[in-house]
Amino acid sequence: MVSFLRLRKPNYVEPAIKYSSVGFESFDDQSPTSTAPRLENLGLETSNKKKNQTKRRQAKEHNGRCLDSCCWITGYLCTTWWLLLFLYHCLPFTVVHEVPELMPGARLKREGLTALHPVVLVPGIVTGGLELWEGKPCADGLFRKRLWGGGFTQIIKRPLCWVEHLSLHNETGLDPPGIRVRPVPGLFGADYSAPGYFVWDELIKNLAKIGYEGKNLHMAAYDWRLSFQNTEIRDHSLSRLKSKIELMYRANGYKKVVVVPHSMGVTYFLHFLKWVEMPPPMGGGGGPDWCAKHVKAIMNVSPAFLGVPKAVSNILSVEGKDDAYIRAMPPGVLDSGILGLQALEHIMRVSRTWDSLVSLVPKGGETIWGNMDWSPEEEHVCDFSKKRYSRLSRSDNNVNNSDVKIGFRMKDPINYGRIISFGKAASILHSSQLPTVDSKEFLPTNVSQDFNFSCGEAWTEYDEMSRESIRKTAADKAYTAKTLFDLLHFVAPKMMKRAEAHFSHGIADNLDDPKYNHYKYWSNPLETKLPDAPDMEIYCSYGVGIPTERSYVYKLSPSSSKHIPYQIDSSIDGEDGSCLKGGVYFADGDESVPVLSAGFMCAKGWRGSTRFNPSGIATYTREYRNKPPASLLERGGIKNGAHVDNVRNVALIEDILRIAAGATGEDIGGDKIYSDILRMSERVSLQL
Amino acid sequence: MSFLRRRKGTGSSKSPNFVGSKIEDGDGKKKLFESPGKKWSCWDSCCWFIGFICSMWWLLLLLYNTMPASIPQYVTEAITGPLTDSPGVKLRKEGLTVNHPVVFVPGIVTGGLELWEGHQCADGLFRKRLWGGTFGELYKRPLCWAQHMSLDNESGLDPPGIRVRPVSGLVAADYFAAGYFVWAVLIANLAQIGYEEKTMYMAAYDWRLSFQNTEVRDQTLSRMKSNIELLVATNGGKKVVVIPHSMGVLYFLHFMKWVEAPAPMGGGGGSDWCAKHIKAVMNIGGPFLGVPKSVSGLFSVEARDIAVARAFAPGFLDKDVFGLQTFQHLMRMTRTWDSTMSMIPKGGDTIWGGLDWSPEGQSFNCGAKRLRNNSINNIVQNANLNLADNVKSVNYGRIISFGKDVAEAHSSKIKRVDFQGAVNSVKLPNLTTSCDIWIEYHEIGNHRIKAVADYKVYTAGSILDLLHFVAPKLMARGGAHFSHGIADNLDDPKYQHYKYWSNPLETKLPNAPDMEIYSMYGVGIPTERAYVYKLNSGTDCSIPFQIDTSAEGGSEDSCLKGGVFSADGDETVPVLSAGFMCAKGWRGKTRFNPSGIRTYIREYSHAPPANLLEGRGTQSGAHVDIMGNFALIEDVIRVAAGATGKELGGDHVYSDIFKWAARINLQL
Repeated sequence: MVSFLRLRKPNYVEPAIKYSSVGFESFDDQSPTSTAPRLENLGLETSNKKKNQTKRRQAKEHNGRCLDSCCWITGYLCTTWWLLLFLYHCLPFTVVHEVPELMPGARLKREGLTALHPVVLVPGIVTGGLELWEGKPCADGLFRKRLWGGGFTQIIKRPLCWVEHLSLHNETGLDPPGIRVRPVPGLFGADYSAPGYFVWDELIKNLAKIGYEGKNLHMAAYDWRLSFQNTEIRDHSLSRLKSKIELMYRANGYKKVVVVPHSMGVTYFLHFLKWVEMPPPMGGGGGPDWCAKHVKAIMNVSPAFLGVPKAVSNILSVEGKDDAYIRAMPPGVLDSGILGLQALEHIMRVSRTWDSLVSLVPKGGETIWGNMDWSPEEEHVCDFSKKRYSRLSRSDNNVNNSDVKIGFRMKDPINYGRIISFGKAASILHSSQLPTVDSKEFLPTNVSQDFNFSCGEAWTEYDEMSRESIRKTAADKAYTAKTLFDLLHFVAPKMMKRAEAHFSHGIADNLDDPKYNHYKYWSNPLETKLPDAPDMEIYCSYGVGIPTERSYVYKLSPSSSKHIPYQIDSSIDGEDGSCLKGGVYFADGDESVPVLSAGFMCAKGWRGSTRFNPSGIATYTREYRNKPPASLLERGGIKNGAHVDNVRNVALIEDILRIAAGATGEDIGGDKIYSDILRMSERVSLQL
Repeated sequence: MSFLRRRKGTGSSKSPNFVGSKIEDGDGKKKLFESPGKKWSCWDSCCWFIGFICSMWWLLLLLYNTMPASIPQYVTEAITGPLTDSPGVKLRKEGLTVNHPVVFVPGIVTGGLELWEGHQCADGLFRKRLWGGTFGELYKRPLCWAQHMSLDNESGLDPPGIRVRPVSGLVAADYFAAGYFVWAVLIANLAQIGYEEKTMYMAAYDWRLSFQNTEVRDQTLSRMKSNIELLVATNGGKKVVVIPHSMGVLYFLHFMKWVEAPAPMGGGGGSDWCAKHIKAVMNIGGPFLGVPKSVSGLFSVEARDIAVARAFAPGFLDKDVFGLQTFQHLMRMTRTWDSTMSMIPKGGDTIWGGLDWSPEGQSFNCGAKRLRNNSINNIVQNANLNLADNVKSVNYGRIISFGKDVAEAHSSKIKRVDFQGAVNSVKLPNLTTSCDIWIEYHEIGNHRIKAVADYKVYTAGSILDLLHFVAPKLMARGGAHFSHGIADNLDDPKYQHYKYWSNPLETKLPNAPDMEIYSMYGVGIPTERAYVYKLNSGTDCSIPFQIDTSAEGGSEDSCLKGGVFSADGDETVPVLSAGFMCAKGWRGKTRFNPSGIRTYIREYSHAPPANLLEGRGTQSGAHVDIMGNFALIEDVIRVAAGATGKELGGDHVYSDIFKWAARINLQL
């Protein structure tokens, strides 16, 4: 439907103007076409004047005529609109929808595959729906209506109210008083996160083709704003997931489940694996063999195991090169002026109350992500061919590398390790020439009271900081994955304080240390052991071939009136073929998650029997090359490797179906690697 | 709303014209501009008119959308006086908060069903609602819809290649169709005292299947067990309050037996599962002993408001969606639904009355009931009439009688010919050939149909024989899943079979002395209780029996209207069926209730909505609308927040249920 609408727009523009009041997108740029006939009419009216008798009557008639013509035009447009709508509904189904033959489900069914293992889907951040259960008076009438996901109409209708209800409490990270926003349960929770934005839909459709239905397919909805342990404390989400898996295991003839987590859902499920085997007060009390008994395979899709650099830029300045991070929102809504001039501040305020964001900050420090002068990807060649680049070029105007020389090599290795650097110089110069980062500098200096108190209601923590200290953090410095935390602690003290109780980002020296029994370590693959389940299989399935944000060049905002003092220096571009574009260094990945984060654990950290994987669970790396959509009709495309669209990739769906129908990793062909992940991981010197 | 209709009307009526001469239209436009003095053509006027209406529509829509949300409420208050607080708000002010988790069990037809796998004609409907929601597909492709909604005629399960599954979660039955609430009001009020998804659970099941088959196909009972256990475990060991509605009442009865029965057939929860997990069962409008309406539904797909299915749904099925053969299509579809058989009157003549006797017959006063609906002012005037009516008692026991005179005559005067003898008589071959649609009647043959009519009168006991006679396949399937008798000896091992579990007269309640059972239902609405039938003289393809709508009672206040004898009830379930078990069958320690579970009857007298603004009313007693009854919601919330039946005030009775129950001679 949506794709059709989009197609129709160009040849059917005028009615949309009128319909805009009923909820369609408005087309400001098209308005001249509609006013033209009206003007024409006016001109005609004036020529009529001569024929009219009295001046008074003339005027009257003039008004009448103008109105008449307007009505006439609207009527004409309406009728045509209805006509087209009618025709659209009469069209045979196959004309407007994709041919079912293309679906891997149909093909595999003919091969004789049927539903065998129950499947659990774990959605990632921002892809799950949230609905209102209790709210302030401004949200009257929204009871059990979706605040997140669905039409997002409420952002437009009452933006401030919406922002208020989606925020969590700044101290506890739980509900603010008087507001209860809860995840939408069941399959409806995340399959359509917004109209026309299918996340799980395609996968579910194909699973159904080989016989899956409600009794052996479950969507583990959880409130993705909360820290993982809090979803259990507030909603019993982990207990529900446990009970659901046990039930499906029993009800389907004692078949183990296949879990398909996506994006942040991957770390959420890691957390679950630890939680479920821990003894009751903190854990689920399932006993040490729960995972071995209930889980057949974990098919991590676009996993963010080691975090994403994008999370950092999000916390710092709520910006990312392509905003893919919150892209689940309707395109452009957040950029437009709906929230007034302070849109970004509002978003920052909301997103800083979401603990889960912190779980995505890069983990493993300099060992994994590289230090000032070294990074595992440093030999990466930014030869994204034109084709592979097409996604970016659509969103980014200043791409001028239409004829990139394939195989072009950078003279200087890129310092990916410097995740944040202030100024281009800081990102290129050798570390010895840079001022060292001293965490003492970040000790809160006295807040200058007279500063920034006149600013509007949108409160961000930046308002409490002095300009001076902000400048100090910035002065020509570069931050690595380790020193980054000092910066984050400085700019978002409350958030980090809250989150620190729930997440940890280091590397464990000794995994047997009893302190690692605390839940804050459970979602970090570098600080937990995998469960004792030698028959389980872990897959890392992700897209490659899309430039993915890896590190940033920042600058201070020019005017002091801005609430967010930092911003990405988008004026900085590398030469042709360079990995630097608009202040962002790109590396290989799926647009959100760099290959390093998605693949490292399966490629090295867990491969064989390591201290992170004592029972030797088999791991498989499955990469999917990005190919741009074949036709406009299919959004995302069936061979797309991009972060969210990856769930719709045909090859991936086929793999999932085969595993669910009983195949093992060996059966589907073991590893399938296009990127340099193996070489990159070799370069990471991590004690295993 | 009226505006919308108007606009649509014009749109559809004008647009076809418009299509016809689109080119002409372009010319007209030119002409308009070239010779402005000339009068507008018809075309232009049409366009003008549509445009005008559209613009007005958008303008109003815009105004409506920009209007603060409080205005409708303000207007309502201005007209009807200040609104009373909704029960949830009121009770929150009293300090009630979440206590016991709540489980909803929806009834027949109110749960949504969605498509998971279908034939070619249903392409693109994957995971779209076939039942519930807008019923859009019903209009678009009616035959396809009927095909997908039907079950297999032999097994009562999915037909090959079709998988239609219940929608899960609260969305399954909060609204039946857009704007037609079922559970939504109750859910909203519970939410006001703090309930949310983690303390509420909607036990959605496929209501077309027989109860045990929901477990066989979907493991629905296992899910329910696991979910209740989870609710109890995650809410600090607080037992659940179960709220079944309509057929859900029987479904939950079945569940309680199932969960304690040992594993292969049951859930293996052990004999104290119910005692450990259930605090109270609050049955709303429960057809414990069946509803007479289901008989007419099965027999001829009609009733005063036509068919079991339609009794619950708004009138959309009445429309001629299926063309002229609506009834046959519907009948074919509903006859594949085993669950309808769970609502055939149970207990036979003992409960529902014999030829010359019925529990309600002597004392029920149709006139007085009508009065209660309107005003009590002229009660005195009508008192005489009522007395006169009382002299001639109604033979409710005769659930189906052929001809009005038969319905009223004394049993000794009726000549009955046994219809069973007509079995296997001549079957006319040409009967079936001319009909497109298969219904079992065409296989019966004229002789047998005549024989059925000759038997004249059927009581609850003989109804079963009749149904076996006219719908052998359906009853053969149903017989394996449901039983409608009364147990002589409940300890007989045969009662361990699941087909008895949903019949309260053939099962014992679980051993859970702390549990409470409520029977909550509306009273004060005439409810179908018995029918006057006639043979249909129409073509061979139609259904041979139909209600004799010309049969009217003598006076205004007669119980007989349009061929239907009405008794007190909630429009669908007679009081007798909803109240008897709690009033007598389970009251105290009886053989049906060995552990002495306390029972309470809560009746809600029906008062129609005072004005249109009230929607479906806050004091309604009608079968589905009662879910929005404030008094009922308050009771539910109080119990969920921890109150016991005593604290609610024990029994709350308007009808004569105790008198009627006393008249029933059932060994306890």
